[in-house]
Amino acid sequence: MSVDSILVLGVNHKTAPVAVREQLAFTSDPERPFRKLKEIPGCSEFCFLSTCNRVEVIFTSPHQQETIRAIKRFLFATSNVKEEEIDNFIYLHRGADAVNHLYRVASSLDSMVVGEPQILGQLKDAYRNSAERQCTGVILNRLLHKAFSVAKKIRTETNIGSSAVSISYAAVELARKIFGNLAGKKVLLVGAGEMAELAAEHLINQGISEVIVANRTLERAVNLAKRFNGKAVGLNELHAQMEFVDIMVSSTGASGLILLQEDVKPIMKLRKNRPLFLIDIAVPRDLDPKLNDLDNVYLYDVDDLSQVVEVNKAEREQEAVRAERIVTEETLKFLQWIEEMQLAPTISALRHKADTIVKAELARTLSHCDLSAKEIKSIEKMTGAIINKLLHDPIHFLKEEGHAQEDKRLKLDFMRKIFGLDLEAGKEE
Amino acid sequence: MLFSLTFIVYLIATTTYVGFFITQKNRVRSTARCLLFGAGALHTVTILSRYFAAGHTPLTTHHDTVSFFAWSMTWAFLSFRWRYQVKNFGTFVSLVVSALMTVAALSSQDIAELPPALQSVWLPIHASIALLADGFLAMGFCSGLMYLLQERELKKKRFGVFYSRLPSLDALDNLIQHCLTVGFPLLTLGIITGSFWAKQAWGSYWHWDPKETWSLITWFLYAAMLHQRFIAGWRGKRAAMLAIIGFIAVLFTLWGVTFLLPGVHSYVR
Repeated sequence: MSVDSILVLGVNHKTAPVAVREQLAFTSDPERPFRKLKEIPGCSEFCFLSTCNRVEVIFTSPHQQETIRAIKRFLFATSNVKEEEIDNFIYLHRGADAVNHLYRVASSLDSMVVGEPQILGQLKDAYRNSAERQCTGVILNRLLHKAFSVAKKIRTETNIGSSAVSISYAAVELARKIFGNLAGKKVLLVGAGEMAELAAEHLINQGISEVIVANRTLERAVNLAKRFNGKAVGLNELHAQMEFVDIMVSSTGASGLILLQEDVKPIMKLRKNRPLFLIDIAVPRDLDPKLNDLDNVYLYDVDDLSQVVEVNKAEREQEAVRAERIVTEETLKFLQWIEEMQLAPTISALRHKADTIVKAELARTLSHCDLSAKEIKSIEKMTGAIINKLLHDPIHFLKEEGHAQEDKRLKLDFMRKIFGLDLEAGKEE
Repeated sequence: MLFSLTFIVYLIATTTYVGFFITQKNRVRSTARCLLFGAGALHTVTILSRYFAAGHTPLTTHHDTVSFFAWSMTWAFLSFRWRYQVKNFGTFVSLVVSALMTVAALSSQDIAELPPALQSVWLPIHASIALLADGFLAMGFCSGLMYLLQERELKKKRFGVFYSRLPSLDALDNLIQHCLTVGFPLLTLGIITGSFWAKQAWGSYWHWDPKETWSLITWFLYAAMLHQRFIAGWRGKRAAMLAIIGFIAVLFTLWGVTFLLPGVHSYVR
């Protein structure tokens, strides 16, 4: 097990536009990713993460090329992206880079809105789902738990979270540019997810007077509405409600569009053209992109919102630098652990190899010698002593403390090559 | 001489406003505001001195008319911002004022003899009310323009110079409405006083001379606009575009008619 067998493969908001990402969304059948990934040969441990902004597979694998190809095919199976184009949208991190990437994701450094708090919860859910289905093992269990504690450390030691404004913050900024004062405005939340909740919280802080929640299941809508002293409606009342609200935040898990340009056009007339601000934070998108062409309708999806956030990003950058330093340190620590993990198996492989040779040779020699049991015993003892003495120095050399990380890796690698340990292991499989 | 000085102060005020627009420093803004106020005061003195030089209300030549237009816009703006502030509105207004002053500076400053038919108390009343209306409608044009610029950045989602500098769409929409609700009654009053003057000078209230016709067209444009706003809720982009179109009609009434379609108003040169 070497560090290099830890990999991360995925797409995020930086590498692929919404139009591509939404094709990869795994909403219809939550079991499918686990089922499919388990079938992939060489994918020994994995954790599958899918959020609005990213879909990624964290996995360990001995034969990498085939596994990587298979995972790529799995990710893009439902999309219309051609196989040779896939590489334009994905990132693949290996070894230390993969660990570093995962830590950055967990601590929200890789988020669209750096410092937004949701991603850690989403990663925890992803890990729990994967662990419950026995998809993770020693390495990933350790790696993900570490990732959670790194994220927590960054949150407490840097200011990244406190100034963290999420997508909803960007939405508030835009709402102010459209409506000026938000006091007395009404907001309609479509879909009762975490994102919608967060957006509503921000808007209420800005003086929004009423919150209406529309959801497929009325029960969840009622629960969320209660939190904001608002009212709950069914999804079928959406059009009727749109006549009265000013801002609409849509975040349903629907696989298609829930609101078309033709639906809203007559509503604008009823509204006497009062401006309508539509925020689509769902992936796949809920709202027809053509809605933005209507007069007095302003439609923003997740990607558009990120542009707004870009404007006040600079302040947070300094905190991000500190957070990155923590990530780098913690990555090194994890690598160290992996090295140590490798030491024990290397030593036992070494002993195992020697024992096998001795046993084979003894068997061959003793088969045509006629010796007493006592004599055999002492010969066996002698060979055992030779092995121990011969291996003593190499093992001592491996265990020696006080070497730089890089040296330890080289030593291990060197030793495995000298004794051909990896060849042996390969043959066994 | 006095006019040139006023003109120069206007140009400096406008440059300062543009400087404020770029730097967004509050100190620059207050300087610009003081300069514009100074220019407006100086302009008042200029117009008064023209009055004494001509012996009648100096609104009969092209130079005086355009200069008075600029004056009324300046004071319309200054009186407005007394009541409420709109971010960076001054930059747009001062640019239009400077443009008007440039036109005034380029036209002949000779004092025209006033034909006896026109010597009436209605001259100052009609001309000043009409031009004051134009001042407010010109502000409506500025706010319409600002609306369209802001709206464009919000729609295209490309946040350039205007997004952070211009106020919210709602504030601009209200501004358009305010300008028009002041400008439109003044325009109405200007037309009515004009017809009284026509009755006194030529014996009938309405002549269908090109200027009268065009001011009526302008009036209908604005009337329709306000009507649609209150009845059908025409607001936002459409209202902003109409405020701009309306102002183009105002300019055509002022210049287009004078130079292209001569009529009884053609003394205003």
